[in-house]
Amino acid sequence: MTVLAPRTVDELERILADSPDHTILSGGTDLMVEVNLHGRRPTAIVSLRSVEELHAWTFDHERVTIGAAVPYATMEVGELAGLVPALAQAARTVGSPQIRAAGTLGGNLGTCSPAGDGLPVLSALEATVHIRGNGDRRDVPFADFMVGVKRNALRAGEFVHSVSIPRVDGWQGYAKVGTRNAMVIANASTCLVRDRSAGRVRVALGAVGPTILRCPEAESWLAANSDLRGNTPPSADVRAEFSRLVSQASRPIDDHRSTAEYRRHAVGVLARRLLERSYQ
Amino acid sequence: MNTTNTIAPPRPGTLGTDASRPDGVAKVQGGFAFSSDMWAENMLWGATLRSPHPYARIVSIDTTAAWKIAGVEAIITADDVPGLATYGLIMQDQPVFARVGDTVRYTGEPVAAVAADHPETCKRALAAIRVEYEVLPPVLDPETCIDGTAPVIHPDGNVLRHQRIVSGDPTVTGDVVVEGLYEVGMQDQAFLGLEAALALPDPGGTGVELYIATQWLHEDRKQIAACLGLPEDKVRLVLGGVGGAFGAREDISLQVHTCLLALRTSRPVRIAYGREESFYGHVHRHPAKIWMRHHADRSGRLVKVESRMVFDGGAYCSTSPAVLINAITHTQGPYKCDNAVVEGWALRTNNPPCGAMRGFGVVQACFAHESQMDKLAAACGVDPVRIRLLNAMQTGDRLITGQIVDSVAPVAECIRETAAIPLPPDMEADPNVLDLPGGSGRTADRHHIKRGVGWGVSIKNLMYSEGFDDYSTARCRIDDGVVTLKFATAEVGQGFVMLAQQIARTVLGVDEVLLDTIDTQVGSAGSSSASRQTWMSGGAVDAACRAARDELFKMVAADNGLDPSRLAIDGTDIVEVGGSFRRPVVQAARGKRVDETREYHHQPTEDLDENGQGNCHVAFAFVAHRAVVDVDIELGLVKVVQVATAQDVGRVLNPKSCVGQVEGGIAQGLGLAVMEEIVVQDGRVRNPSFTDYLLPTFLDAPQVDVVFVEEFEPKSPLGAKGVGEPPCISVTPAIANAIRQATGRDLPRVPVRPSDICL
Repeated sequence: MTVLAPRTVDELERILADSPDHTILSGGTDLMVEVNLHGRRPTAIVSLRSVEELHAWTFDHERVTIGAAVPYATMEVGELAGLVPALAQAARTVGSPQIRAAGTLGGNLGTCSPAGDGLPVLSALEATVHIRGNGDRRDVPFADFMVGVKRNALRAGEFVHSVSIPRVDGWQGYAKVGTRNAMVIANASTCLVRDRSAGRVRVALGAVGPTILRCPEAESWLAANSDLRGNTPPSADVRAEFSRLVSQASRPIDDHRSTAEYRRHAVGVLARRLLERSYQ
Repeated sequence: MNTTNTIAPPRPGTLGTDASRPDGVAKVQGGFAFSSDMWAENMLWGATLRSPHPYARIVSIDTTAAWKIAGVEAIITADDVPGLATYGLIMQDQPVFARVGDTVRYTGEPVAAVAADHPETCKRALAAIRVEYEVLPPVLDPETCIDGTAPVIHPDGNVLRHQRIVSGDPTVTGDVVVEGLYEVGMQDQAFLGLEAALALPDPGGTGVELYIATQWLHEDRKQIAACLGLPEDKVRLVLGGVGGAFGAREDISLQVHTCLLALRTSRPVRIAYGREESFYGHVHRHPAKIWMRHHADRSGRLVKVESRMVFDGGAYCSTSPAVLINAITHTQGPYKCDNAVVEGWALRTNNPPCGAMRGFGVVQACFAHESQMDKLAAACGVDPVRIRLLNAMQTGDRLITGQIVDSVAPVAECIRETAAIPLPPDMEADPNVLDLPGGSGRTADRHHIKRGVGWGVSIKNLMYSEGFDDYSTARCRIDDGVVTLKFATAEVGQGFVMLAQQIARTVLGVDEVLLDTIDTQVGSAGSSSASRQTWMSGGAVDAACRAARDELFKMVAADNGLDPSRLAIDGTDIVEVGGSFRRPVVQAARGKRVDETREYHHQPTEDLDENGQGNCHVAFAFVAHRAVVDVDIELGLVKVVQVATAQDVGRVLNPKSCVGQVEGGIAQGLGLAVMEEIVVQDGRVRNPSFTDYLLPTFLDAPQVDVVFVEEFEPKSPLGAKGVGEPPCISVTPAIANAIRQATGRDLPRVPVRPSDICL
């Protein structure tokens, strides 16, 4: 097995342009499971550890930009957590402290599992994925990036460079249901953003469909039936209908972790509770 | 009973103190060699090919392509087993490998094994072996084995055991009757140290030495030698470092395969399972369906208990018959009840084989009877504590098997002591979200939570039952003042190595006690199961140490013109009771050599007759649990806030170790209550990983407040009862009862799933 350790993004880009079948390794929290449990046998590895640019994050008054190799541990606490609280909350639900020290947002995007904990946040905040490769750069809205179960818009030779998340005037939160109180794969997850300036909420659901699902009908209905700019919470009836519309937007399946019925129920409850929290 | 007189406070390291474990530091620092760390020069790796089908006839096995892979040194199938083709603890019904023309009976059943120069070569070799199967419709519902609609899937039949208990007047009825149908899911022992073994062949293939993580070296040896066609003395077993057992190491898994490959290749062979293979490699806790009906008078006093229990034993017998007998003989729980009609079935299906797990059948029975006790309390309008106290068993009471409980039976004390433990404070106004149900998922706010309190009380038999003489052996050697103990007791994490040292320090008055290798070069110790080693191997070590001490006294008396019967140990000195002689033991023993081996046998037990009558158990231990849970009713998520418990232990020999057993057992019982389940669908395990088989994490573990009820058990050599199993038995129904109280739901099944609560 060959292991390459580029130091710059340009170098990384050249390696992948020449050898698009090389396997990218950052925290390894997905790749090593593939290797150890699912018999994947990569022949060439490109390590991101020395590519400093990918480990950096920056912000201005418009957006927060997070490098693909920034670990969840960095998002969980400190300044970054203050800037994107929903992402911090999602990061805290990922695995154990050891996993969070290793796993990255780039990995979440590379794998694109519907249960990826960071992805509903990127969806609800309408993040942009910055892609490099083949001498080119492209910016893809998250909604177009994830195209199916573990399928994304990356082409051969491309990699995720970073993600930029618009800063929102308002409230954002994330909640995830699993059958234990930590270190669990999502049975269902929800991110809700209440954008005060726009007078809208944006809701994204994880683990209840082939991709992260937005809930346009619920979002529009709520905007039309409540004051999302102010401090007066919607009535109980409105919250209940919103909850129902969110559930309706989900497309869950039965599997060994949970049932479609429970998942549909759970995302509705989570969305309603997050909406209520946004007024607290 | 003779025990050493100790003056308070006891000498550090002796019985009754928090003696530290000889293996503790190495385990904490990562230096302890578990069996998966073993290695030998010139070693080959072994791997096992398993059936992908729950039930299928093997048409052919073609190893041609696998043999062509460079580095493959051996490929073995059923034809290569020189001795007995099958093994098993009770019934030898499980093939070493499924044979061509015969059937595989569960998904994961071994079909062939390979030895090669590298684990990767093994994987490729397994992939290259072509097995042609004729897939058959599997038997999945144990009820079809009772009504006879299932095809017979084994020459020994589909009924592993059927037993009735009829006690007192079976026709009597009570004024108050409650009934329920309960279900317990399949739990895994989920030890952290995976199955691993290293076999070293003797030159010429005349014998083999096996380093193995197991619970009972001598039983393993018996079964291995039979399959290898070797005399037992040509098969030597040495205990490899064991990372937990909980019953999952009672059965043969990789032992025979590893030895066969080593003998075939004349090279050391190591097999080590990964986590997924481990789920196929060992037996699990029986899933069970239990119907119970309790009759009581209006005050709530039990009149009769009726039950029908159906245990799914899976494809092979393992210990299913004994598990079933444990379950049905514990139907009444720790309560006095004169009349009973109980029927139990253990059945063979094409589901994963089930066998021993901590609690051994009593877990399932207890979930049912404790659920019933709450129903009965509600029907009689008394509270759950009151109804349990009203019916609490006492020493001298007769069980539904006719056996008299001659153990210390402080059931009421356990309940009262538990009730006296303060309840946790109400939830804070602004609680830490991590402490709420849902934990790090931040699913709930304070006002979504409802608190519930629930009770569970249990009785558990100690040692093996039904006429089994599960004796234990120990040797104590004093050589020039150095004390060395030898025994074959499997140290599986429970701390027997520490307890043995405590006993020797106490009896012999020495501080340093060496432990010889744990292997088959001494007599059997029985299994590290059934909460039995403190009593049994503790009894053997105690007896061997006493015998050695008495020999030493004779020598010292002869040297000094004293009467040996007037010598005693005082601290670390040998003293003459009249005060005429005092000398440090280590000094008095200089130049002397004593070597004493003793066996300890418990009182004999009997088989049950056709009506389930007989003195089938040796002794009993009791425990009460009170669980406090917070439930998010709308999402069905649970946080167990506190478990209060008072446990009947006879006597505390090591406080820290007892607390460890209690906390660990409670975590395991909590797992069964709310999350741990092997999901089996169409005969296949759907979640064979720790990603999806959920064990409680630190955030799920409750605060545990424990009181030990110490009433010296005269039947026990040290006055102590086994502490290992009781903690995990009644905590499960206590948690279920607490969730029921919070939600008002019936919840007849554990693990309680979120959807059971909220949909």
